[in-house]
This record gives sequence, C-alpha cells and structure tokens, in this order.
Amino acid sequence: MNRFLPVLTVVAAILAVWYVACIPMNVQEVLTNAERAGAVVEPEGAANRRDLNRIGLVFSNTEHLGASWSTERARLPSPHQIAAELWASTWQEEVYGRRGIVNSGSFSNRSLIYHGGVTLGATFVGFLIGSALGVLLAVGIVHSRTMDRSVMPWAIVSQTVPIVALAPMIIVVLYSIGINGLLPKAIISAYLSFFPVVVGMVKGLRSPDAMQLDLLHTYHASKSQTFWKLRLPSSVPYLFTSLKIGIAASLVGAIVGELPVQRGGLGARMLGGSYYGQTEQIWAALFVAAGLAATMVWLIGWIEARTLRRMGVQP
Amino acid sequence: MTLVVVAVVVWIAAWAFNSWLSNGPLANARWTGLVVPVVFGLTVLAVWELVVRGLAVPAVILPPPSAILATFGTSLPILWEDFAQTFLKGALAGYIVGCGAAFLTAIVVDRYDFLRQGLLPVGNFMAALPIVGTAPILVMWFGFDWQSKAAVVVVMVFFPMLVNTVSGLRDTTTMQRDLMRTYGASYLQTLIKLRLPAAMPFIFNGLKIATTLALIGAIVAEFFGSPTRGMGFRISTSVGQLALDMVWAEIVVAALAGSLFYGTVALIEKGVTFWHPSQRK
Repeated sequence: MNRFLPVLTVVAAILAVWYVACIPMNVQEVLTNAERAGAVVEPEGAANRRDLNRIGLVFSNTEHLGASWSTERARLPSPHQIAAELWASTWQEEVYGRRGIVNSGSFSNRSLIYHGGVTLGATFVGFLIGSALGVLLAVGIVHSRTMDRSVMPWAIVSQTVPIVALAPMIIVVLYSIGINGLLPKAIISAYLSFFPVVVGMVKGLRSPDAMQLDLLHTYHASKSQTFWKLRLPSSVPYLFTSLKIGIAASLVGAIVGELPVQRGGLGARMLGGSYYGQTEQIWAALFVAAGLAATMVWLIGWIEARTLRRMGVQP
Repeated sequence: MTLVVVAVVVWIAAWAFNSWLSNGPLANARWTGLVVPVVFGLTVLAVWELVVRGLAVPAVILPPPSAILATFGTSLPILWEDFAQTFLKGALAGYIVGCGAAFLTAIVVDRYDFLRQGLLPVGNFMAALPIVGTAPILVMWFGFDWQSKAAVVVVMVFFPMLVNTVSGLRDTTTMQRDLMRTYGASYLQTLIKLRLPAAMPFIFNGLKIATTLALIGAIVAEFFGSPTRGMGFRISTSVGQLALDMVWAEIVVAALAGSLFYGTVALIEKGVTFWHPSQRK
C-alpha cells in the first residue's frame, strides 16, 4: 500500500490537471457551439475571439463552459472521452459492429484491436530479427579484434544518428521493388532495435573479469567453452536490459514506418486522426501504443526476473 | 560485372589490411584505433559505389555515394535552411527547455520523498513509451512551424532527463551526507556543493540520451505537418519525388548534426566530471 499511494496520488493529480486544462484548451470550440445554440457570448463572433487569450475568455464566459468535457473533436479531449472512444473502438466495434469479429468473423478494420495487432506483428518480427542479428554481431565483435576495431566505433556513432529519418525511404524503396506489407516496417523496427542490442551485448560478453577468464584458462578451456560457460551466462543481465530498450525502439520504428503507407496500424491511425481532426482517435491510438509498450517491457522484465532466478542470481 | 568483382576484391583486401593492422606489429600503436574504422568506413563506401554501378541499380532504389556527395555539394543552401529550421530552431529550443524543466522538476521531486515515490515510477513508465505518437496532437496545438517541433522534443526529452537526474541526486553515500551535516551545511549548500556535483555523471548521461531523442522528435514531428522547409519535410517530400540522393544528403546532415551534438555534450561532460573514474586516463 505504501508503494501505491504516492503513485496513485500522482496519477490522480495528472488527471485533475488534465480536466482543468480542458477548459482553456477547448474554450474556443465550446463558446462557438454555445453561441450557435443561442447563448450570448462575450465578445460575439468566433472570428473576434480567435486571437484572444484563452484564459481571459474562460473568465469572461464562466457560465457557458459546461460543455468543455464533452465537445466533439476537442483540442484536448477529456480522459473519459478517450476512455469512451477506446471502449467504442475495441469492444463495441468488435461485438456489435457490422465488421466486427462477432458479425463478420474477422477483426474490424476500424477497431484498435486490428490496428494494434498490425503494429504488434511488425514490432515483434522486427524485434526478433534485430536482436538476433545484434547478438550475432556482438559475438563476432568480441571474438575478432578486426571486427571490434572496424565495426564497433560505427555501431557507437550510429546510436547518435536519428535513424528514424530513414523510415519513409526504406518503405518506399522496398515498395518499389515489390516488397510490401509487414516486412518493410519490420526492417525499420529491426534496424532500431539492432544497435542497442549490439552495444549492450558487447558490454555483457566482456563483463567477466580477468580473474574469471584466467580461471577458465587454467582449466584449459577452449574458446567455445569459455563462451558457453562464462561469457554467455554473464551477459544475460546486459542482454535483458538492452532487449527492453530494443523493444521500445522497435515499437517506435513500427509506428513511424506506418506513417508513409496508410495500410493499417497505430501509426496510420494517428496520421489519419490528425488529417481529419479526430483528436479522440489519435489519443486512443496513443494510449493503445503506450499500453503495448508497457506490456512488452513488463513481459521482458518478467522473463528476465524468472531467468535470473533460475540462474541463481541474487536479487 | 567486372565492377562487382573489383568490389569483392576491394572488400577482401581492405579486410586483410585491417586484420593485419589490428593483429600485426602495429596493433598497439595509438593511431591504429583511428585508422581501422576509417578504412572500414571508406571500404563500405567504395563497395557501395562499385556494386551500385556494376549492377546498374537504378538511382530511385539506391543512389551511389558519389551522387549523394554531388547533391550535398550543390544543394548546400537548401540543406542549411532545413538544418536551421529543424535543428537550430526545433530540436535545440526543445532540448534546452525540456532538459531545463526536467532538471528543475528533479530538484523539487528529490526534495519531497512522497513526490519521488509517486513520480519516479510514472516517469520510468513514460520514458519507455512511444512518445513520438504525441506529435500529431502537438502539431495541432502549436501550429506547423518550429514551435510544435520544439514541443514534441520537450515531451520526448523530459522523462529520460528527469529519471536520470533524480537517480543522480540520490547518488551520495551516507558518509558524505553526514560530513555535510557535521559542517552544519544547509539544504542549499548540501545541494550545490555535494549532491549536484555528485549527480553530474547521471545528468550528463540523461543529456546525452536526450541529444538523439531531440533530433528524432524534431524530424518525426515534421512528418505530421510543417512549413515548406525542414529536414523531415524535405525527406518525406523527396521520397515522394523519388529524389533519393536528396534524402540521403539530408540523412548525412542529420548524422553529422547528431554526432556533433552528442560530441559537444560529451566534451562538456569531460570538462565537468573530470574527477569521475570513467573519465580518468
């Protein structure tokens, strides 16, 4: 309980600030709607209000602000509107919608379950490719001095480069040579999760100290024995730390990869929402993305805890 | 086809040379550590050029490095304009505001234990989220110009910086804090003379992570709408026109800017945290 009370307080404070912020953020739309409904608003006419200070408008029209938390297409939708949108575009759409899984047998392309699944698939494939290649390269770097010296500096420098900028180009180029669907997005995901895994694994595979390496040397252990019995086990904590970074980066890659090609996915949903001013749709997609990221990081953390316990690491 | 064979030969020769450099008699010379990656980078560029020319890969799929360099040279004014819009205005403004706000928040959070226990899990959670997703919302709020890009950068760098600074401020031993107490130091004196200096390695770690995030945020936010300049705008429109040499030139600019930004922060770190074991020679 002592751990949860502060967190809950902070979350409640964030929600409170959010509800209060809805008033000045949405005041223009709310007053315009109120004026259309016949109320007298000070000053009159939406055009006259456009450049006025939002906070000032709030205080000069306090009696018309009841709709601040229920306006459609609000600049800042209130949390319960987003929750309603989330409910409507998952459960309601699938169970009662014409295209939902109950009525049509497949997930509706208007539901966030479908779009989340598209993004999750690309993220997962990309993450597996990226982290597998990353581990392989790290093994190569640790065992070959030449590779270490040629590739490692570039792997480090590449971390400072905004790789996401490549995303639109990768999508379009792969599309033009006939590869489309999940794979281009997965390649961007793989690319983003690749370098954190390389750098983390190199660190991990080098973490055994000279004493441990010397011990294996006195046992006359071969290079592969040293690798399997010492280097790999001691790299596991580093591996999981970088996998957590990698999967979060993979999700970002998949979302950004969905921006240029409007073929489903949370990124497409966000861009579509921003084109048509459907703010609730953007926020709902954002919350689903956040939920996915949190779940995946938690899942890796859970596997990490179990693995480390099986390996006998003291917490 | 001959060019492809040349590419293979160049690759093998350069690898053998690098192998000899790193394992041969010169392995421990000071400049080998610098020459080997440079040779490797040049080899990749040469192989890229030769393979693209040898297999006649169309420029709309992969332009050769020479074409990218030519575009880079001829469109310097455009590239500079984009750089100024995206980096100097969007990314840098957001970086300063975001890191500054996170730093001040961290000091307040650190002062009150309740706040720290509540805000730190939330901050850790937020630091792992795909925050680029807020870009469409912030573009809607702050308009198409650089202010919205700076806002995205602020949101992106805030939480990693906050988490790092808070854990840095706690990185003093009981002995050190007790010593300050025996001196009768006030909270402010302890903060300025002991805890902030001790937190510097963590703060700079956060600042370094934030450099990359700032560029990513500024570029990706431009995919959601921007004035007719900026690196993200140029990349997305040039991709639409299949002018891939321009895209690559922008990526070169982004890479240079990112590395220089990171390098500058790392250099400042070296000066500020000269006492830390990781900086000692």
